[in-house]
Amino acid sequence: MTAPIDTLKELEARVRDLEVTAQKTGQNLDAALNPLRAEVDRLRAAQPKAAPTRWERVQLARAQGRPTALDYVDRLCTEFTELHGDRRYGDDPALIGGPARWQGVPVMLLLQQKGRDTKSKIKRRFGSANPEGYRKAVRLMDLADKFGLPVVALVDTQGAYPGLEAEERGQGWAIAESIRRMLNLRVPVVNVVIGEGGSGGALAIGVGNRVLIQENAWYSVISPEGAASIIWKDASKAPLAAEALRLTAPDLLKLGIVEEVIPEPAGGAHQNADEAARAVGEAVTRHLRELAAQDAATLKTDRAARFRRLGAYTETP
Amino acid sequence: MALDRFFRRRRPQQQPGTDVPDLWTQCPACKEGVYNRDLEAGAYVCPKCGHHIRLDAAQRVQVLLDEGSFTQLSGRVQPTDALNFQDTEAYTDRLRRAQKKTGRPDAILTGTGTILDVPVTLAVMDFAFSGGSMGSVVGEEIARAAEHAAAHGTPLIIVTASGGARMQESALSLMQMAKTTVALEGLTERGLPYVSLLTDPTTGGVTASFATIADVIVAEPGALIGFAGPRVIQQTIRQNLPEGFQRAEFLLEHGMVDAVVDRREQRAYLASLLGLLTRREVSA
Repeated sequence: MTAPIDTLKELEARVRDLEVTAQKTGQNLDAALNPLRAEVDRLRAAQPKAAPTRWERVQLARAQGRPTALDYVDRLCTEFTELHGDRRYGDDPALIGGPARWQGVPVMLLLQQKGRDTKSKIKRRFGSANPEGYRKAVRLMDLADKFGLPVVALVDTQGAYPGLEAEERGQGWAIAESIRRMLNLRVPVVNVVIGEGGSGGALAIGVGNRVLIQENAWYSVISPEGAASIIWKDASKAPLAAEALRLTAPDLLKLGIVEEVIPEPAGGAHQNADEAARAVGEAVTRHLRELAAQDAATLKTDRAARFRRLGAYTETP
Repeated sequence: MALDRFFRRRRPQQQPGTDVPDLWTQCPACKEGVYNRDLEAGAYVCPKCGHHIRLDAAQRVQVLLDEGSFTQLSGRVQPTDALNFQDTEAYTDRLRRAQKKTGRPDAILTGTGTILDVPVTLAVMDFAFSGGSMGSVVGEEIARAAEHAAAHGTPLIIVTASGGARMQESALSLMQMAKTTVALEGLTERGLPYVSLLTDPTTGGVTASFATIADVIVAEPGALIGFAGPRVIQQTIRQNLPEGFQRAEFLLEHGMVDAVVDRREQRAYLASLLGLLTRREVSA
């Protein structure tokens, strides 16, 4: 394993030397350089791929063309019947939902939808919900509970919308109610973080019996940019913050915060939405099938116990 | 920070070159000098302008509970650096510093006591410890306090003062929002009241979890209460925020809290409210 790397390093050094010489002397050394450059490229490509860094995963989670919640619904669901409005103030396009058949099984969908083009991204506030979104989610969870429909929630948000009106209408109150409602459901709840899991705005629809995350999605108490501007007063230090926050799927699996990491196609979910959707569909359906065997009381108490346990501390006698 | 200065000054101490101990404090709002004995007698509300000075957890207990009635619960849960969090300073160093400053393992004090003879279980967040931020210890101690209240049949009061979930425990902090909610459910099942008292400041993950699912939400005058911080909102909307935005009175007007109660009236208010909600008999 070390020999080719040494060769690669030597070759790279020779290319650099020749380039410096060419620059200094004004000679054209391309004839000598090009075969060496080609060999460097070949050797680089043959290197075993290192796992992406945490910051690289954050960028994959935000990649242009990464499948949104509705892209999964299009591929995995039939008869999605979107139900609108919170019955109090409005209808939030950032958090949508309604009943559908998930690979044939009737479920209640809760979806954080970022938008697929510039216009719809702006309309949907890039998936950052207002209180109306969370209040609609509570309403749909009431329906799910009433009709015995399992809840499938796809999480994809940088966080709840930090707007003036959101605060006036009780953003914190709406999130807290949504968390409480989901924890008390007597039906199975499966959550998948499909891109960004930003803070309380994500947790609001994230407290299920099984919490799954895609390989390149992130989930954290604060976005890397938010953390960087608090720690270093500089949002451009986000890559450092991403490392410190341990926000990747493998990190969360290790911390016991998620049950399973769903694999993505090589290069990320945006490289092959069909393949990404197949993996998400398989995992959710498998968990729904397992949970279908549990009675209502068990579903609720197991979910409560799951979250009651989470945390890291020691105890003095 | 201004708060540190305030508490340093409040302690009687010998200034070099003088023999006069500190007898008074400058109100951070009106800048008037106030005698410390007047402040202590008046629940740390400025007698000149009515400003509610921020309290640490011990002062809060002293202001709220009947004298000598407090018995601490737990207090044995210690923070740990599960993520090996490193920024400009190691999390373990930050913790040590905050522990030394406050004399507590973390940003929470829980216990039992009485308010005008009404027994309560009490959890108080300590803003002096790392801005009252909620990590695993705060979540666990609040959960245990709620479970204690449910098991012993007392009402629960949680006094919040927090910048939100603690960044250095990342997703583990976030999960405390769910954990505390789970534990509070026990009070609902047993028909016991849970009252939150929101004090300056209460923001972020605390506002978006246990603070706002109380049966009755009481706020202190002038307290900043919200989900997103004012600076973040200003960056989003790119205009100045209206006067009084996210203050207790603003939230009362928008239907988000049940009452704004002066600190000097809180004992009477809470004792009466809890008596009513628990249908406590009083001698006529």
